[in-house]
Amino acid sequence: MDLGFIFSSAAGELFSPTTAAYALAALGLAVHFGYSGLLNFGQAGFMAVGAYGFAISTLTFGVPFFIGLLIAVVCSAIFALLLGIPTLRLRADYLAIVTIAAAEIVRYIVTTNQLTSVTGSANGLAAFEAGFYSMNPFPEGSYFGMNNRDFFIRVVGWGLVIICCTLVWLLMRSPWGRVLKGIREDENAVRSLGKNVYAYKMQALVIGGVLGALAGMVFTLPRGAVQPANYGTELTFFLYTCLLLGGLGTVLGPVVGAMIFWVVLSLTQGILYGLIESDAVTWLNTVQAGQLRYILVGVALMLLMIFRPQGVFGNKKELAFA
Amino acid sequence: MTEQRNVPMGAENIDYMTDTRPIAADETAPGCKKRDPIVVAENVTRSFGGINAVDVEYLEIPRHKITALIGPNGAGKTTLFNLLTGFDTPNSGKWQFEGNSLAGVSPYKVARMGMVRTFQLTKVMGKLTVMENMRLGGSEQPGERLSKALFKGMWGGREKEITAQANVLLEKFKLDAKKDDYAASLSGGQRKLLEMARSLMVRPKLVMLDEPMAGVNPALTQSLLDHIKNLKAEGMTVLFVEHDMNMVRHIADWVVVMAEGKIVAEGPPQEVMKNPAVIDAYLGAHHDVDLGDAEGIKELAAELVADKESIVGTEDAGIIAADVVATEPDEPQARKKDIE
Repeated sequence: MDLGFIFSSAAGELFSPTTAAYALAALGLAVHFGYSGLLNFGQAGFMAVGAYGFAISTLTFGVPFFIGLLIAVVCSAIFALLLGIPTLRLRADYLAIVTIAAAEIVRYIVTTNQLTSVTGSANGLAAFEAGFYSMNPFPEGSYFGMNNRDFFIRVVGWGLVIICCTLVWLLMRSPWGRVLKGIREDENAVRSLGKNVYAYKMQALVIGGVLGALAGMVFTLPRGAVQPANYGTELTFFLYTCLLLGGLGTVLGPVVGAMIFWVVLSLTQGILYGLIESDAVTWLNTVQAGQLRYILVGVALMLLMIFRPQGVFGNKKELAFA
Repeated sequence: MTEQRNVPMGAENIDYMTDTRPIAADETAPGCKKRDPIVVAENVTRSFGGINAVDVEYLEIPRHKITALIGPNGAGKTTLFNLLTGFDTPNSGKWQFEGNSLAGVSPYKVARMGMVRTFQLTKVMGKLTVMENMRLGGSEQPGERLSKALFKGMWGGREKEITAQANVLLEKFKLDAKKDDYAASLSGGQRKLLEMARSLMVRPKLVMLDEPMAGVNPALTQSLLDHIKNLKAEGMTVLFVEHDMNMVRHIADWVVVMAEGKIVAEGPPQEVMKNPAVIDAYLGAHHDVDLGDAEGIKELAAELVADKESIVGTEDAGIIAADVVATEPDEPQARKKDIE
């Protein structure tokens, strides 16, 4: 068992583009659930809308990269409006039901065979990332052991994470963010103080959804492919895991949560596979080990909720009165 | 007289604390016209299933006065509050605030018009500090718009004004020592105070308090009563629901009594409390008796003995606090001597 390799690959997960994508999407959930109390269980749907919006507009309509990006963002905003208009007047649980269903609807639509020419059905779409990599300012060569393409996507992905975190932080310290937090605590009280609760909830839903769409693109660009299987319900739950690990009502929480999530997954995989290969563990095959590590993530989450329920960055005082 | 009604009240320079002009325009009766109403409700009804929770034929709330809304549990007081403030929609009727119809107006717009309410079950934002709770009430904060929220320069100035306003109110309500604590750490009574202070942050014209005294300790009650009286001095109108008759007597200029959704009586507190309909529906025949001390219990026992209707079943069955009533008759006199 090569411990050095296991740790270096785990450390590589810290700044992988997938981690950046998870961090962005979980940041969107923090805006939804952590700050506004909106129970969005369809963040995977927002990511899918972003990824497919970009891929389809690039492949089918041949638009340049930034127009594709804009289309993806606009699509996710429209998706948020569609979900929000009927449900935001109702209690929080209804939004949860509608979003989880809507995310599945998106996934089934892109899987439909009739739409294969546009969405690629179950095989998905590929080869839409050329426009992105053509903007790569880094000449070929080795950057910290990565080629210039891998380095470029990391710089862009994490740059986006930093920008979005700053924006969310600026928003949440403002009076606008205060109204959102008030809505999370008691929306009728906020209403009685003359604030248009519905509009605030809609704005929060759109902002978090757009973050999800950006995450979908960061997720899909390094893979060079977008497939419906990647955007299942479990993705949303992984994102919630990241959010809870880091801390609900925080800006850095989702980012650190995503890092912890992927490092733990990578470490457990490396160690389990190493043990199986060296015949130290004979009662487990590699397929089972792959599933076991998700069980371990679940156990880690449970332990965290028991011993540090506010997450890594959360404020313990806030939970004292929960 | 008609001329006086049309002149805005502020221009007359009247001290609202000592204003003794009659509240009613003509004679006092349930649903009577007021000299200067701020809220007018007409035929407002709301039914839940088959029950008419609120069925108000006509009601006017006098401006610059403290009006108490009393009535037994389930009389529809809170439902009327909800209807007036837009939190619930009536089945029929018209109601207006300062001449503007409120039919179909959403609660936040009602609040912006200057009609701010509190809740019977206190609503504070537990995971925000007391100060943030107060700031949330501040109006016209440009930073509450998404387009301006990112730039502190655009809302920092107003934020300072709001904070100063909040500090003054917190001091008045004796919450200034708590301003950096989470609102969830406050006691029930303190939450009532915070909610009331927060509603004043909106600078309302009409404050609607739903049981402001429930759960507040007696020492604080006194200062709270003064606060409410002072609201009148600042030109606000107060409408409150309360079960504490002492409070109603002390501070209300006008009392409206509801029972089973209807207005059964209204008038100045002294008159309303003598009204037999009110005594039957709400106060109870023996409402003047203080059950807190032995004297009161004896008094009540004596009244009950005299009252044939109160005797049900066997002779002794209904005797209250038998040990108190049975003490020697000369004891009160002895106690009186001690005091002398």
